[in-house]
Amino acid sequence: MALPRFRQPSILPGFGPALGFTVFYLSAVALIPLGVLVLRAAGFGLGDLWSLATDERTLAALRLSFGASLIAALINLVFGVLLAWVLVRYRFPGKRVLDAMVDLPFALPTAVAGIALTTIYAPNGWIGQFLEPLGLTVVFTPAGVVIALVFISLPFVVRTVQPVLADLDHELEEAAASLGASRLQTFRKVILPALTPSVMTGFALAFARSIGEYGSVIFIAGNIPYVSEIAPLLIVIRLEEFDYDAATAIALIILIISFAALFAINLIQAWTRRRHGHVL
Amino acid sequence: MSFSAPSPRVTEGPITRAVLIGTAVLFLAVFLFVPLAGVFFEAFRRGIGVYLAALTEPEAVSAIQLTLLVAGISVPLNAVFGVAAAWSIAKFEFPGKAMLVTLIDLPFSVSPVVAGLVYVLLFGAGSVLGPALEDMGIRVLFAVPGLVLATVFVTLPFVARELIPLMQEQGTASEEAALSLGAGGWQTFWRVTLPSIRWALLYGVLLCNARAMGEFGAVSVVSGHIRGETNTMPLYVEILYNEYNFAAAFAVSSVLALLAILTLGLKGLLEWRFAGELAANRRH
Repeated sequence: MALPRFRQPSILPGFGPALGFTVFYLSAVALIPLGVLVLRAAGFGLGDLWSLATDERTLAALRLSFGASLIAALINLVFGVLLAWVLVRYRFPGKRVLDAMVDLPFALPTAVAGIALTTIYAPNGWIGQFLEPLGLTVVFTPAGVVIALVFISLPFVVRTVQPVLADLDHELEEAAASLGASRLQTFRKVILPALTPSVMTGFALAFARSIGEYGSVIFIAGNIPYVSEIAPLLIVIRLEEFDYDAATAIALIILIISFAALFAINLIQAWTRRRHGHVL
Repeated sequence: MSFSAPSPRVTEGPITRAVLIGTAVLFLAVFLFVPLAGVFFEAFRRGIGVYLAALTEPEAVSAIQLTLLVAGISVPLNAVFGVAAAWSIAKFEFPGKAMLVTLIDLPFSVSPVVAGLVYVLLFGAGSVLGPALEDMGIRVLFAVPGLVLATVFVTLPFVARELIPLMQEQGTASEEAALSLGAGGWQTFWRVTLPSIRWALLYGVLLCNARAMGEFGAVSVVSGHIRGETNTMPLYVEILYNEYNFAAAFAVSSVLALLAILTLGLKGLLEWRFAGELAANRRH
């Protein structure tokens, strides 16, 4: 019997150097620095960590980040499914441009998005001037935070739902229709359940991105402590005060929330694979 | 129930369609098109003269140069990393592979501010490494190395995640054929592997570059905002904006917005022209 090997035999060369470089680079750039942060936070002890994390201003910032991210992700859940539907199912002029534009939040630098949204939604801005008479002030309020987060997390649900919807078997819909289901019934009872795992994945990705977002938010938020100050900004403020401990504690909480969201995605995907025998 | 039932309705009526398309277009208009148009409108509001002056200002020129320098170092590093990672993960079987793939994607789920923070903790005043390197005359924080590290961190997965699924799909048959016909290892890589992944590589590099040039949060934490020295274009935009120099802020922003539009255009072109040569999850 042959000795157990680390890898299965192959005649292809370069496994050792390629894997070695990959692991070294990943560790040096990302894993070790992140480990340093976690170790530093662990050094505080639970008591200190708890008192750092439950500081009034920190709690207010975390609450805003969490709530605004949740609302933004929900808005994108609804419009993401709508956009995916329109882009997959219908033909109309300008569709290709619209499809390409969905990725704009990934390509446009967040600071540029931030100052553009602030200008547009200001009381005298192109869109803000119509909201002002309705009593809706966006800039320098939590609503502004939500607007920026909707922008930044817009592509996620669209891009996870789109391929699944494109692969969906038309025969299922035909069967439902021929059995007397209305179009809305077919959508709710046949199409939506098939889309649910991808919708949830997109939602979790959008939420995870929003929790940590900084550049697009800080301009429109106005950053009023206890009102419109997000958690990532509070990290920066604590760093500028050389309060590294407080910054580390907030960072750890944000890390835990976004990893929890990712873990949820992995669960959804594992569940889908078991149930439907394929990945999303 | 009659046997001559109407033909199954598997699509929506024209009114529903129009309403859905209209809502989708309106949503994108409010959140994407109007802000994008706003950037160019504000940039040229005070005329082309002010626009050009804002871009030829010494501080603007140095911000542009620094952005090109940082992206010019970070993107090739992450491209080499992406190819090495994809080669080991897609072409070989070894334990812990799934874990490694997850870890490579990790930087995408870390807040940019946290990405900057970890380097401050590693190289800052209270750290072990920072003062030691300083004694050797190497400055990491508030200098180019810190900007590069933060940028490499946030853009690390881009190339790898394009190449891994594609190379897994392609398998090892071509490389095995080349090797058994007597080609060397590097020869096989350059002549067989690289040509079959070049468009996906370009795709990954394109996305990596867009993020590298536009990164704000992570570089903001490590930059120190030294005027004319450690301000990349996005950081310079912030400074101009906070000084109420809106025309200049939007002028520099318009260059970044053009870069974004160019990136999206090229990305769309690659998806359309080379759909078969990009990873399966990109074919839509």
